[in-house]
Amino acid sequence: MKDFKIIEIKESVFADNDRDAEVLRSELKEKGVFLLNLMSSPGSGKTTTLMKTIDALKGKVKIGVMEADIDSDVDARTISESGAKVIQLHTGGMCHLDADMTHQGLREMGTDDVELAILENVGNLVCPAEFDTGAVKNAMILSVPEGHDKPLKYPLMFSICDVVLINKIDVLPYFDFDMEKCREYILTRNPAAKIIPISARTGEGIDEWAGWLLEEVNKWCK
Amino acid sequence: MHELGIVFHIIKKVEEVAVENAVTSVNSVTLEIGEVSTIVDTYLQECWKWAAAKSDYVKDAELLIEAIPAVTMCNSCKRTYETVKYGKTCPYCGSEDTYLVAGNEVSIKEIEAI
Repeated sequence: MKDFKIIEIKESVFADNDRDAEVLRSELKEKGVFLLNLMSSPGSGKTTTLMKTIDALKGKVKIGVMEADIDSDVDARTISESGAKVIQLHTGGMCHLDADMTHQGLREMGTDDVELAILENVGNLVCPAEFDTGAVKNAMILSVPEGHDKPLKYPLMFSICDVVLINKIDVLPYFDFDMEKCREYILTRNPAAKIIPISARTGEGIDEWAGWLLEEVNKWCK
Repeated sequence: MHELGIVFHIIKKVEEVAVENAVTSVNSVTLEIGEVSTIVDTYLQECWKWAAAKSDYVKDAELLIEAIPAVTMCNSCKRTYETVKYGKTCPYCGSEDTYLVAGNEVSIKEIEAI
């Protein structure tokens, strides 16, 4: 009979990641780099929204984008057309990025000429919500075709976001999407959430969103 | 499949503890998993088998899971209730001003090692 001993750990699995995230945030603060973690379901319009956001902030802030996907570089190719600095990260099958992977991505991209770094997280409403990436602010996009009941189904995602963009409002007439109910569901879970309805296609609401983002970058980098 | 990422974090932590305590082999790792933590036990076990095999310290370790019941507290009537049964709405007073007090845990409780 081998003599096994019990070693108590009593620590959250996320504790390590939370520490890495804090280290990254303080490093970003020192360097004057603002990191935005952008999350959503697949197909909600993250890349199109980013293109419009980059366009709206052109000349006002230096932007670098990290596109995280399980595979392919189609999003990075699209973003590179905007003229912004961009790199593609592959998660190797994983459904989210953690703080360490984000840190590696930032090193790879280089932040000397970047004031606003945007991480386009893997399209998924579950796992990215659990791992703090080290971002200064979290934003998510909910698109009209997904339905106004998403905040009920993915409460954690909605509770950790500073901003919820409701995208594709140009197609509202074709869907049974109840904007007031959606707001109510989000605010029940997260009273501090800022909700901005947008259409990345027509550009509606993009100025308000870009304005919020610029203000937050300026606050952080002061 | 956040289970895979979670397994990587568990292995990293267990390896650190193994080094600190000068143990050579880990026999079992006990986790505390909350009922509403969104972790699927069977997926976690599958990921564990695959990822643990690559680590010298935990390659033979069994993953033991202790479930923590989910409990929600009502801010309006100050009572607690079963989260899984009633969700966000308090069954006593109907209030939605409630918060989770337990059930979201994903923790490493202890390891058994030699």
